[in-house]
Amino acid sequence: MSKMLVQAPIVEQEMIANQVNKLTIYAPELANQAAPGQFIHLRVADGYYPLLRRPLSISSVDKQLGTVSTIYRIIGQGTARLATLKQDDIIDCMGPLGKGFNLECKTPLLVGGGMGLAPLVFLAQRLCPRPIEILMGGRSEQEMFWTSIYNQICKEVHITTDDGSVGQRGFTVDVLPALLESGIYDMIYACGPRPMLERIAMIAKTFAIPCQVSLEEHMACGVGACLSCTCAGKDNKRKKVCTDGPVFWAGEVF
Amino acid sequence: MAEDSCLNMLSVDLAGIKMKTPVMTASGTFGFGMEYSDFVDINKIGAVVVKGTTLTPRSGNSGVRIAETPAGMLNSIGLENPGVEEFLNHTLPSLADYDVPVIVNIAGNTVEEYGELAKRLEVKGVAALELNISCPNVKQGGIAFGTNCDSAASVVKMVKNNTSLPVIVKLSPNVTDIVEMAKAVEAAGADAIAMINTLLGMAINIHTWQPVLGNVVGGLSGPAVKPVAVRMVWQVANAVKLPIIGMGGIMTAEDAVEFILAGATAVAVGTANFVNPYATMEIADGIKDYLAKKGLSHVSQLVGQVKVGEK
Repeated sequence: MSKMLVQAPIVEQEMIANQVNKLTIYAPELANQAAPGQFIHLRVADGYYPLLRRPLSISSVDKQLGTVSTIYRIIGQGTARLATLKQDDIIDCMGPLGKGFNLECKTPLLVGGGMGLAPLVFLAQRLCPRPIEILMGGRSEQEMFWTSIYNQICKEVHITTDDGSVGQRGFTVDVLPALLESGIYDMIYACGPRPMLERIAMIAKTFAIPCQVSLEEHMACGVGACLSCTCAGKDNKRKKVCTDGPVFWAGEVF
Repeated sequence: MAEDSCLNMLSVDLAGIKMKTPVMTASGTFGFGMEYSDFVDINKIGAVVVKGTTLTPRSGNSGVRIAETPAGMLNSIGLENPGVEEFLNHTLPSLADYDVPVIVNIAGNTVEEYGELAKRLEVKGVAALELNISCPNVKQGGIAFGTNCDSAASVVKMVKNNTSLPVIVKLSPNVTDIVEMAKAVEAAGADAIAMINTLLGMAINIHTWQPVLGNVVGGLSGPAVKPVAVRMVWQVANAVKLPIIGMGGIMTAEDAVEFILAGATAVAVGTANFVNPYATMEIADGIKDYLAKKGLSHVSQLVGQVKVGEK
């Protein structure tokens, strides 16, 4: 499987929530090769500012239509620029990059926080028709636009919000142990802020359930050359989030 | 035009390093050579300059290591690398399949470490050494040797005494007078000069009031530094006889031509690789097209040809 660079036409740029967009591009070869957990690396401007590409997780693919989608939050100049692109505009896209999730499981529990829920959509699609449950967390009900997406793919959707406006008040890690008590899950897939992932990794270890985490880091090259994104591995070797990850076994990094 | 003559237009002999094109990779931006192999035909690069290598493995700096800035980026990687042993056992063999000169960028904490690295790296498959005396991101070594003429000269002498390979010295722009540094390393026996390394910079997050980089300061690269780099190459080219590898914000063939006109014999592409993984290839092709348009038969006809004081 090789990485590619394509000039991809934009099929759709859709606002799905406040400051959150779903971008769909036509890139059939990329769609064929992409695996859940991998990312695309987009050049958002032709000029020199913003200069660097933006790594965004793949949130779904449609092999029939040849499309690849990413769900992203508009947080800085790069994503703001990206959000101005319209249907039929061409975007310079590298991908699929990184190492994705290992899909060998029977009854998975997905755990996602905030925009960490974006790559888990693609994962859930590929895990179907297995019975998938998801535990998702966000600040408030407004951020829980994910519910409508996951309701279609998952057997059960568990929700926490920081303010309790929907689901249980608190964080995903507060609810996780009680869910794991059931003993039905044989794999945990987690994506979200690093402190959350660290806690999830600890809890998974306590319950002796295999756990994969998807990390996020500042990146420049996306292919393992610049070493901007490396982190310390438990084996005392450096791990490149862009090529050794972004998905790791929890024990590799926590 | 036949493929052979096209290539001949660009061939460069830089201090005995035979390159098919004057377009090299800049250390630290191209990993250890294989990372971009899905995008780039490694055989068509002038030379691959690998990531800064040290005697023992280094994990680099902690915290955020890059920050985007207007037309550029700051980095504070801090010379993360698996060490020379790993390089010799794993990286170098993987590059042996390619017909491309491999130049190893080396950094030491002491003058003796540079000598030791030079000795260890005098092996088949290594075409030259590039002395990193200009990394702004490490406390010891690196730039400490690159901001003082005497220390720079002693590193060069030590390496020359321990290798028969061509020795390139990569200069820091973070000095009062880069020409003095260039003269010092020339007098000490260097075979070529690479310039410029990154400019020391800083970015602050105005929401948190904290520096963006974990290391507080870092090296600025990208198009933003190009005019500084061109100026320095021109100044040094006028003061020393050594061939110069020009770099600093080269994104296009036009940028590369500017450096060559300023006096560079070859150029290195760094940050541009992150933006456009085809950059090295496209720049080499673009230089060829430029030569054809100007009716020139060889890239050497451009070197140092800037017309200063002429109308």
